[in-house]
Amino acid sequence: MRLPPFTFLEPATLAEATKMLADQGPAATTVAGGTDLYPNLKRRQSSPKTLVSLRRVDGLRGIRANGSGTTIGATTTLGEVAAAEVLPGAIRDAAGFVSSPQIRNVGTIGGNLCVDTRCDYINQNEEWRRAVDFCLKDRGEICWVAPRSSHCWAVSSTDIAPVAIALEAEIRLASVGGERVIPAEALYRDDGIEWLTRAPDEILTEIVVPGGNGMRATYRKVRRRGTIDFPILGVAVAVDVDGGGECTSARIVLGAIASAPVRASEAEEFLAGKRLSDEVIEETARLAGKAARPQDNTDLNSRYRKRMVPVEVGRALRSLA
Amino acid sequence: MTARLLTLEVNGTTHHIAARDHATLLEVLREDLGLTGTKHGCELGECGACTVLVDGAPWLSCLTVAREAEGRRVTTIEGLAKGPEPHPLQVAFADLGAAQCGYCTPGVLMSASSLLETDPVPTTQQIKEALAGNLCRCTGYIKIIEAVHLAAERAGAASGPGTGGAS
Amino acid sequence: MTATAPRGVVGRPWRKVDALGSATGRAVYADDMYLPGMLIGKQLHSIHAHALIRGIDTSQAEALDGVHAVLTGADLPVAYGIFPVSQDEHALAVERVRYVGEPVVAVAAVDEETAERALALVEVVYEPLPEVTTYEAALAEDGPRIHGEGTGANIHRSNAFEFGDVAEGFSVADHVREDVLFYSGNNHAAMEQHAAVAEMGSDGRLTLWTSTQVPHYVHRTLEKVLEMPAGHIRVIAPAVGGGFGGKTDPFSHEITASKLAMVTGRPVKITLTREEVFYAHRGRHPVLMWVRTGFTADGRITAMHFRSLLDGGAYGSYGAATTLYTGALQTTTYRIPAYRFEGVRVFTNKPPCGPKRGHGTPQPRFALEVHLDKAADDLGIDPVELRLRNAVEPFSETVNHLRITSSGLRECIEEVTRASGFAEQRGKLPRGRGLGFAIGAYMSGAGLPIYWNDMPQSEVQLKVDRGGGVTVYSMAADVGQGSTSVLAAIVAEVLGLEAADLSLVTADTDLTPIDLGSYSSRVTFMAGNAALEAATKLRAMVFDAVAAHLEVPADSLVAAERRVGVDGDPERSVPWSEAVRLAAAAFGPLTASGAYTPPDLAGPYKGSGVGPSPAYSYSACVAAVACDPETGVVAVEKVWMAHDVGRSINPLLVEGQIEGSVHMALGEVFSEEQAFRGGMHIGPSLLDYKIPSILEMPPVESILIETVDPEGPFGAKEAGQGPLLPVLPAIANAIHDALGIRVDELPITPWKVLQAVRDLERGGDGRVGPAGLPDVPFREPLRVELPQQWQEVAAP
Ligand SMILES: Cc1cc2nc3c(=O)[nH]c(=O)nc-3n(C[C@H](O)[C@H](O)[C@H](O)COP(=O)(O)OP(=O)(O)OC[C@H]3O[C@@H](n4cnc5c(N)ncnc54)[C@H](O)[C@@H]3O)c2cc1C
Ligand code: FES
Ligand code: FES
Repeated sequence: MRLPPFTFLEPATLAEATKMLADQGPAATTVAGGTDLYPNLKRRQSSPKTLVSLRRVDGLRGIRANGSGTTIGATTTLGEVAAAEVLPGAIRDAAGFVSSPQIRNVGTIGGNLCVDTRCDYINQNEEWRRAVDFCLKDRGEICWVAPRSSHCWAVSSTDIAPVAIALEAEIRLASVGGERVIPAEALYRDDGIEWLTRAPDEILTEIVVPGGNGMRATYRKVRRRGTIDFPILGVAVAVDVDGGGECTSARIVLGAIASAPVRASEAEEFLAGKRLSDEVIEETARLAGKAARPQDNTDLNSRYRKRMVPVEVGRALRSLA
Repeated sequence: MTARLLTLEVNGTTHHIAARDHATLLEVLREDLGLTGTKHGCELGECGACTVLVDGAPWLSCLTVAREAEGRRVTTIEGLAKGPEPHPLQVAFADLGAAQCGYCTPGVLMSASSLLETDPVPTTQQIKEALAGNLCRCTGYIKIIEAVHLAAERAGAASGPGTGGAS
Repeated sequence: MTATAPRGVVGRPWRKVDALGSATGRAVYADDMYLPGMLIGKQLHSIHAHALIRGIDTSQAEALDGVHAVLTGADLPVAYGIFPVSQDEHALAVERVRYVGEPVVAVAAVDEETAERALALVEVVYEPLPEVTTYEAALAEDGPRIHGEGTGANIHRSNAFEFGDVAEGFSVADHVREDVLFYSGNNHAAMEQHAAVAEMGSDGRLTLWTSTQVPHYVHRTLEKVLEMPAGHIRVIAPAVGGGFGGKTDPFSHEITASKLAMVTGRPVKITLTREEVFYAHRGRHPVLMWVRTGFTADGRITAMHFRSLLDGGAYGSYGAATTLYTGALQTTTYRIPAYRFEGVRVFTNKPPCGPKRGHGTPQPRFALEVHLDKAADDLGIDPVELRLRNAVEPFSETVNHLRITSSGLRECIEEVTRASGFAEQRGKLPRGRGLGFAIGAYMSGAGLPIYWNDMPQSEVQLKVDRGGGVTVYSMAADVGQGSTSVLAAIVAEVLGLEAADLSLVTADTDLTPIDLGSYSSRVTFMAGNAALEAATKLRAMVFDAVAAHLEVPADSLVAAERRVGVDGDPERSVPWSEAVRLAAAAFGPLTASGAYTPPDLAGPYKGSGVGPSPAYSYSACVAAVACDPETGVVAVEKVWMAHDVGRSINPLLVEGQIEGSVHMALGEVFSEEQAFRGGMHIGPSLLDYKIPSILEMPPVESILIETVDPEGPFGAKEAGQGPLLPVLPAIANAIHDALGIRVDELPITPWKVLQAVRDLERGGDGRVGPAGLPDVPFREPLRVELPQQWQEVAAP
């Protein structure tokens, strides 16, 4: 299987990179590790004219701890994130759960945060998709997952995003127009086609993970095999616990269940101000389950994935209690 | 798309070839350099058959644009052995029948050799984790795990006592 | 063949011949071939499950720069198929397409990208027809016919037999049990995608290098479809990256690559993408099964009635045999005095199913072993004891006329239960953990060839050079199982050499004598026997010459450690190289050949050709599982497998086959499924089709049982397929032990486990599975006379 023809640009600085993106306009796409983009291109989910590679951009790679937290450069590989002792365990675990060692050696955290949404009907070769007359996300008229829907249900499949949101991480974006910093959660949109709020000419340069005192966090991933597979449910939970053992606040984020990571807000509110007793955990988990409305467009079925939400949230909370 | 000069260091030799930007490392190795020891089972990053080492780390050559490997050291199965003697892993795989059809073997060996570079005496769990991106359809992986242990053991024994053979 | 006790290489663990070839990346697989001037071929596939082709316009593709040829079905009009009764395929669809992914057009171009661009320029006009993708639709009388015109049920094959009086058997039973189970379809997923390179020589002869298990059948198909004398065609299997039955049909890409090479005058390579491999398929048939068995109160089987309904996909392939296999081997493990089998294979608009490791027998074995586990519970008999009470005796005949020779079934059962601590632990582990048990048997080669002929199934030739080097010629294709090494071991053993002393020329229809191919676990037994005969003949010549030289009787000589001499008298011996010189001086050309034709084992009825084998391997398996009742996830913690291999010619290879079988079974039981929505494959990729990774693989304890079969080479039987069979039911039975549930439908997904657990909690029977068979018009059974032995039993 061949990649579609493109021009491969390898800027050395961020300024060069942002300029290239601005100059090329929508015909250009950013690429970091390419582990998400290249398979999609081979399947002709898109055919950009130009790729602007971030791999050789100076200063985008590396992990730096500073007073208020830790900054991870966008082209830091998942392998490096998984191994970085300065980082919270939850984000290291999430990085370590991504696919295979080979992919973690190349795939980046920036690419992971931006990873394309996935669906049984889009992640197929061109000929397969032609046989169903394509779908909303590319060239088609219909969302085969929900044929009456006017919006695309492709699934947010990043392992890092739920954790980044739960940890209240921030994301820095740069373009020729300047820089902006947004909460991780604000990067996402519940739309399988336009799943990011990032402008096409913006480059994600870093993610800043705050160093929460008293914060406990964990990430759990559901998938068929212990490796290679994308999440079909990700559960990130972070709780701030005070000296008396009470949760002052909590963030429960569900991945791979909609086109964007989903906050289980009702569950979060319920948990706030309570101790992590068995009853509280059970009720929180039940409430979290209500937030999930998965579709049948990943491995296993939607009912199973929905059923696993309270189970995994419960287990996550128990591991933090 | 016109071809451009591509300079690749593969198995210690520098090659200059003309390649189009969208050529993958897998395609260049097999088609331009005649290094067909690197295999492919999916070309989509799903099987590990195409694993090569880039600066010593296992990468999937099917998901690497050849140009990205410029300025880095690429090692393929053909370059695993230093000189005419096979690499200890190759010998152990042959001795224990860890290669049946042999199609996954080059990729498995590249992942395993990188592991032994960082962990000369790996545990079974470490071996499994290192090979978690390499699918094999024939062996059930068991003889593969045994062969990695055996190679590590032999390397430990060869490098003399006190260098960490026993654990 | 005589089973003399081996004293050399046979029985020792040793390196496969050229084991370093693949480990060094030097083994050449078909896709590794780059010939001068070679073009790349690509195929365009049907995007409809069922449609008429109203027109194909290839003019724009032909006009594209770099395109050398474009073919359509009209260029290859001759139909073919692996079975003489199923000549229903075309290399490129003619008039009608029957599944999504069926090849319709082929191009040859200077490179892959040009070939792809050319295909994008081809216009095919289809007239869609209603698609048939379920059993019910396939059986509907008013539905469209996939083969032939108009409406009608799409029944490809229908078989029914009755051996003994089944009604009588049920009437005397104290307990009768019925079960319905479903085994889903799945793909071989060999890591190497199929590839073929064809070249037309300047002498007008065609050579095809192809990743095949059956060079001979490909050869025959090319002869037919290309309408060329077989003698002008050469088929070579280079290194093959796994087969498991997925490379035992002649394939469209092999034929189109050949035809493209003929019309372009340039070598042409076609390598399938992984997606195309899922469409070429020939994988495990989905089978819906119903089984009814009668037992006496003490657990003896009085009668069995077995029904299977196979979803064959769009073409015949091996289906005629597969259908029979779903009924044939039940009796090889259990003494069943009255047996009735009914099987129907339907066509559907999906990629054709065919043979996969165990060919048509893992499905009924799964059903049978789960069924018996349940029956043991009903009867209050230990499941192992139930098997032992019904176990087939060695050297007996089954009610359906299968000849059983050596059988280590009892030893397998005893050893595997002892090693696993089955009796002590089953039923006594904490909730969520369990042990399961099952057995199986498989053929050491099908007794009959695929097309009827009375010639040998395997031949081997040996040639000795003046220095003593021995070249072994055999058409058997080593697909990773190590068959070439087995032949080397046998020849080396007889001649007193090391395997490394031999040069092996294999799988080349020009150079090597016939071997029907690497399927039905036939190579060790059949080619092995041919090799044994050839080597024995060669050794006799050498012994005669050496005997004359040493002035001793020839029967006092032995060949060992590269010498030939008097047994126990090293003084009176000559080195092999010298012995060979003596023999050449005495006899001239030192060549020998051997052949193997199985004994005539067919029973006295039509349809008896499927099932007989010169010997059966036996296996018994215990699996330990840990289930999470909240998530439905099941982990297999360990598998114990005792396998009666007759004689293990190389224990490393036998263990490798067992371990690989466990791996494949694990995928089939939990995660691998050739699944469709309508006619669309849900995930034709290695990401969506979930082969177990190294992390899912449990430790396997292999116990090799040697029964030294009287007809096997050195007593050997098969090991490549049999060990897969009991793994699936052992796991299903272990899940029952762990959670009290029954998932009677593969794959056993976490969701099904949860449903069953919930059902049990709500007071149900804790079962998930099919309710029954649809209305299948099974035919009236052919009543077959009982074998002699059974007539005496039947007489009161
Ligand atoms: C077989 C397989 C299994 C996988 N399994 C998982 C899994 O389990 N979990 C998971 O999360 N992912 C998985 N992935 C997807 C992917 O490998 C990872 O998400 C990886 O982290 C992506 O990083 P990358 O650098 O390779 O991304 P790229 O492929 O380089 O980029 C991905 C997307 O992000 C954009 N992008 C990348 N970097 C930036 C940036 N700095 N600024 C702006 N845009 C950017 C690109 O334009 C592209 O659209 C899998 C992929 C494969 C092939
Ligand atoms: S070929 Fe690269 S991962 Fe399969
Ligand atoms: S040895 Fe055949 S795939 Fe691994």
